[in-house]
Amino acid sequence: MSLLLAVAPALPLGKAGKFVAAAYIVFVALILIYVGIMAIRAQRLERELDELQRDVEAMRAQRAPDRQPESVL
Amino acid sequence: MPSTTYGKGLRGLSLATILTIGLALVLVFFYAPLDANQGFVQKIFYIHVPLAIVSLCGFVFGALMAVGYLRTGERKWDMRSYVAIHMALIFGIGGLITGSIWAKASWGHWWVWNEPTLVSFLIVLLLFATYQPLRFSIEDPERQSRYASVFSIVAGAFVPLNFIAVRLSTQYVHPRVLTLTGGNLPASMGLTFVISLIGITLLYTTLWKYEMTAKNARSQVRRLRRTLLGEDSVSPMRRSAAPS
Repeated sequence: MSLLLAVAPALPLGKAGKFVAAAYIVFVALILIYVGIMAIRAQRLERELDELQRDVEAMRAQRAPDRQPESVL
Repeated sequence: MPSTTYGKGLRGLSLATILTIGLALVLVFFYAPLDANQGFVQKIFYIHVPLAIVSLCGFVFGALMAVGYLRTGERKWDMRSYVAIHMALIFGIGGLITGSIWAKASWGHWWVWNEPTLVSFLIVLLLFATYQPLRFSIEDPERQSRYASVFSIVAGAFVPLNFIAVRLSTQYVHPRVLTLTGGNLPASMGLTFVISLIGITLLYTTLWKYEMTAKNARSQVRRLRRTLLGEDSVSPMRRSAAPS
């Protein structure tokens, strides 16, 4: 990292630097907001899958006692 | 019925996106020389221009997907078109904000109304901003998909026309560094720009695939619920601009 900084041009962090930083921060912020939205959606999907699994298990449990025992003869 | 999978290759694509954008950032700040006229502010060019180009291409991509819907009537094409336009809008907003910051830094104004490039981009963006309200205003899903497809094809065709019209105009202050004959960027700046453009294109493709995977997974869960537990087990979809 120190080698990388050594070859880097002197970054003008005055007025120009602030504008450049702002532009790149906008880009990063857009990606982060998007990732946040995707995370919320993933959680919702996970919840729906959990609900589905619970419902299917409840349905199975409901049907199980109704089944007639199979004859072994 | 086998369903389309969008998650295939997503891990590799995500990795390629991260690596390319990382490389682009290194090139922008440690390799590309400072611009003789604008100095450090010109570094915004490497993020602003790729965002704007990918956004415009995304609108055209959405229009092509809409053609697929009108040809086949399959909902997956409508979903692809919807997601393509949705992503292109986000990228377009990014391009607009970064461009505005660049304009303030180099021209002293956040926005210049007599500049054809800026105003035409804004028109395209506002045009596509009406896509979601249009979809939301139509309740019937079939009709929603059909009308939205027609809209995105017409608006998508407007993108290259708009681009050509701006190129033909003579009064502009917006710099022209990219032309069909190669432009006037030095090799090091050109290389940095190309890597940035590839990075942003990969980002668009990755996010498009993520969104498609998420939407596809959700609709598969609903379908599974319907199959296993019957039609009544699925709560009716809320009215939405997104294809169901």
